[in-house]
Amino acid sequence: MQYIEKEKYQQRLVKRQRTGKIFEIMCIISITIGIGMLALLLWYVADQGLHKLDWQFLISFPSRFPERAGIYGALLGTLYVIGTGGLIAFVLGVGTAIYLEEYANDTRLSRILQVNIANLAGVPSIVYGILGLEIFVRFAGLGRSVLAGSLTIALLILPIVIIASQEALKAVPSSIREGGFALGASKWQVVSILVIPQAFASILTGVILAVSRAIGETAPLIVMGALTFVPFAPDGFMSPFTVLPIQIFNWVSRPQHGFHEIAAAGIVVLLITLILLNSVAIFLRHKFSKNLEG
Amino acid sequence: MALILEGILDPRNYSNKRWRAGIFEQIIKVILLLVSAISIITTVAIVSVMIFEASLFFQNVSIFEFLTETRWTPLYSSKHFGILPLVTGTFLVAFGAMFIALPLGLMSAIYLSEYAPDKVRQVIKPVLEVLAGIPTVVYGYFALLFISPILQSISESVKVFNAASAAIVMGIMILPMVSSLSEDAMRAVPRSLREGAYALGATKLEVSLRIVTPAAISGIVASFILAISRAIGETMIVTVAAGQNPTFTFSPFVPIQTMTSYIVQVSLGDTPTGSIEFQTIFAVGITLFTITLTLNMISQYIVRRFRNVYD
Repeated sequence: MQYIEKEKYQQRLVKRQRTGKIFEIMCIISITIGIGMLALLLWYVADQGLHKLDWQFLISFPSRFPERAGIYGALLGTLYVIGTGGLIAFVLGVGTAIYLEEYANDTRLSRILQVNIANLAGVPSIVYGILGLEIFVRFAGLGRSVLAGSLTIALLILPIVIIASQEALKAVPSSIREGGFALGASKWQVVSILVIPQAFASILTGVILAVSRAIGETAPLIVMGALTFVPFAPDGFMSPFTVLPIQIFNWVSRPQHGFHEIAAAGIVVLLITLILLNSVAIFLRHKFSKNLEG
Repeated sequence: MALILEGILDPRNYSNKRWRAGIFEQIIKVILLLVSAISIITTVAIVSVMIFEASLFFQNVSIFEFLTETRWTPLYSSKHFGILPLVTGTFLVAFGAMFIALPLGLMSAIYLSEYAPDKVRQVIKPVLEVLAGIPTVVYGYFALLFISPILQSISESVKVFNAASAAIVMGIMILPMVSSLSEDAMRAVPRSLREGAYALGATKLEVSLRIVTPAAISGIVASFILAISRAIGETMIVTVAAGQNPTFTFSPFVPIQTMTSYIVQVSLGDTPTGSIEFQTIFAVGITLFTITLTLNMISQYIVRRFRNVYD
C-alpha cells in the first residue's frame, strides 16, 4: 500500500513552490508600496516647494501675499519652544530614568511608575494640548506663551525620553557599578561619575530623537493656543509664538495655490531640520558603539 | 604618603565626612523621586482636568443625548450634542487606514523577518522607519493636495475634503508601526520551530504562514491594536484633509469630521473659555482619551497574557 504517490506529490510540490514564489513577490510589492509612497511624497514636496526656497523666505515674516511671506517668526518660535521644552524633558526624563534604574527597588511604586510611563507614551498628542491649555495657560496663568508651549512639549516627549534613557542606563554593565562600590564610592558617586558618562551618548541620542518628534508636533500647540499668524519674532519666554508646522498648516488650509507652494517650501525646511537632527543622532550612536568596542 | 592617608582615613574626619555625604545622598534620592513623580502627576492632571471640565459639560447635556443623538452642531445656533458623527468619522478614517496598513504592514513584516537577506533588511528597515518620523502635517499636505486630486480624477462624486484620502495617507503613516512590531514578534519565534517544519518538507510560504505567523500572533494582534489607537488619536492629517463636517455617514468620499479635528477646530476659533462650546472639547477629549487608553491596555494585556514563551 502506498501512502504517497510520487507523481501526485511532485505535481503538488511544483504548485506549492509556485504559490510560495507568488507570495514572495506580493510581499516585495507591499514593501515597495510603502517605500514608493515615501519617495512620491518627498518628490512632490520638493517639486512644489524647492523653487520658493531662498534666503528671503527664511528671514521674512508671514504676509497676506504668498510672494512676500516667510518663516522667520515660525523658525524662531520652534527654536525657542523645542529648545526649552527639550531641555526640560531632558532633565526630568534622565532624572526619572536614574531613579527607576539605579535607585528604585522593584517595589509597587516603581511598577506603578513604569506602567504609568508606558500608558503616557500612548496618549494622543492632542490630549497633551488640552492639558497644557488647562494647567499652564489657564491655571498657572502663563498665557499662550513660549513658556506654556515649552512645558506642554516637555510633558509630551517626557515618556519617550524616560524610556530611551532607561535603555541607555540598562546597557551600562553592572561590573562598572560594582567596581565603584568596591572602592567605597557612594551611590551618587557611582551614578554621576561612572554610570552617566558611560550612558551619556546613548541618552543624548534618545533625547535628540524625541526632540525631532516634537519639532513636527502641530496639534498640541494649536490646542494649547499658539497663534497661527505671527508677524514678529518671540522676544522672551512670555511672548506669544507660532511654530513651523503650525505655519505650514496655516498655509495649507488656504485655498490659493501660492500659499500651497510656500507651504511646500516650509515643509522642505522642516524635513531638512529633521534630517540634520537624525544624522547627529546616528553619528552619536555610531561613535558610542565604537567606544564600547574600544 | 602616610600623612595623606592619615588625613583621609582619620576616623573622626572620615565619619564626619560620611555623615555629611549620607545627608547629601538622601537629598539626591528625594530630588530624583520628586522628579519621577512628575509623570504620575501628569496622568493625574490629565484625568482630573478632563473629568472636571467634562462634568461641567454634562450638567448641561445629558450623557444619554451625548451618546445617542446623531447630530453634532455645538457651533451653530441650533445646538445638538451627539458625539456619534464624530465617532463614526474617526472610526471611518481609522479603519480605512488599517485596511491599508494591516495587509501591507504584515506582508512587509513577513518579508523582512522570513525572506529578506540581511543586507536588504538593514537597508529597508530604516527607510520604512522614516515614514513614521515624517511630521503629520506633511502627510496632511500630501493627502489634500496629491491624493485627493487623484481620487477626484477617478470619480467625480469624490469631494475635495474626504475621509478616503486621509485614510490612505494615514495607512502609510502607521504601516511602519505594524511592520516593525510584527517583525519583532516574528523574529522572537525560535529557529527550531522553523527547522522542524522544513524537516517535514514545508515550503517557505508554509513555514511563514502556518508556523511563524501563528506563533507570533499575540505580538501581531497587539501591533494592530496599537496602530488603530494611533490612527484614532492622529490629528493633523484629518484636520487638513478630511474636512470639518460632522456628518453621520459611512461614505469615505464626502467631508467628515473626527474627534481630534473637532478639538482643533474649536481651538482655532475664538470660543470664550467657560462657554458650553468650549466645554465640548473636554467631553470629546475624554471620549478620545478613554478609547485610546482602552485600546492601549488591551494591546498590553494581549502581549502579557497570550505570549508564547519558548525556552
